[in-house]
Amino acid sequence: MRRLIVILPLVLFVGLGLFLWNGIGKDSTKIPSPLIDKPMPDFSLTSLLDEQRVLTVADLKGRPALLNVWATWCPTCKQEHAQLNRIARDEGVTIYGVNYKDDRAKAQIWLDKYLNPYVLNIFDPEGKLGLNLGVYGAPETFILDAQGVIRYKHVGAVDEKVWSQLREKMKQLELN
Amino acid sequence: MLRNFCLVALLCFSGLAGAAIDTYEFSDDATRDRFQSLAAELRCPKCQNQNIADSNSPIAKDLRVELHRMLEDDADDAQIVDFMVTRYGEFVLYRPRVSNQTYLLWYGPAALLLIGVIVVLLVSGKRKKAEPGKPKTSLSDTEKQRLDQLLKQEEDK
Repeated sequence: MRRLIVILPLVLFVGLGLFLWNGIGKDSTKIPSPLIDKPMPDFSLTSLLDEQRVLTVADLKGRPALLNVWATWCPTCKQEHAQLNRIARDEGVTIYGVNYKDDRAKAQIWLDKYLNPYVLNIFDPEGKLGLNLGVYGAPETFILDAQGVIRYKHVGAVDEKVWSQLREKMKQLELN
Repeated sequence: MLRNFCLVALLCFSGLAGAAIDTYEFSDDATRDRFQSLAAELRCPKCQNQNIADSNSPIAKDLRVELHRMLEDDADDAQIVDFMVTRYGEFVLYRPRVSNQTYLLWYGPAALLLIGVIVVLLVSGKRKKAEPGKPKTSLSDTEKQRLDQLLKQEEDK
């Protein structure tokens, strides 16, 4: 009993130390999304390129895909755009876009200029879909499975390193 | 001197300029009060050490607009909090709800205090036992006899 009390502070110290050590280096700006493993929220918004066409969740089902939230006002989106182009062109990955709180004309010009990696683009000028997706800073990239369920979320640019992680996750979805 | 004074005075008020300013119409004062208290309790996901009332980031503004809309639609506080949590996670609550994940957060300090109190009581209990005036009774019978003998010898001298 006595010995137990003597080593108790040491045990507490080591426990607390490990707990705090675990937190070092963690990026506190990354918030875990509560939407993982939840179905894609419902929406009814027009296509960016075709004002007449109304898109819904049904348009995103069929096979695993990336859903990329982007805007022309977002500098990091421009930075990751070449990578998205490459992924779509060379690896045949399906990428859907959500044009978030943007201007339709500007976004169309942007895609003409920097090329269009998106199979389709959802035009979300008021950020309603963005809000339902818990978007807090573009760019954000989600992985959807074939049934339109959100499986993963990445906040920030998709660079080579991030893409290799996303690719692994998508491969697993395709196997299932 | 006057210049420095002006500068200090201006710096004192610079905090006010940082607060977000926009105007909302409320149906009554109670709704306005609820808006202000909820906006102060919800954390901005983008600028993490500010609440959505304080932050100027676009997402905080969107959330304020949404909060205002829901209040005017007669949503109760629990519905509004649920709305925010299902989209942005428990993170948005400055006062996290009690759940499996937050037990440590809510009850940890009380548990540490309890441990502290127990340790203090144990230590002080031991001290009391060791206090002079209350002799230890840890001597064995033979030791006591020997002690008595030795004391007697002293008296005899």
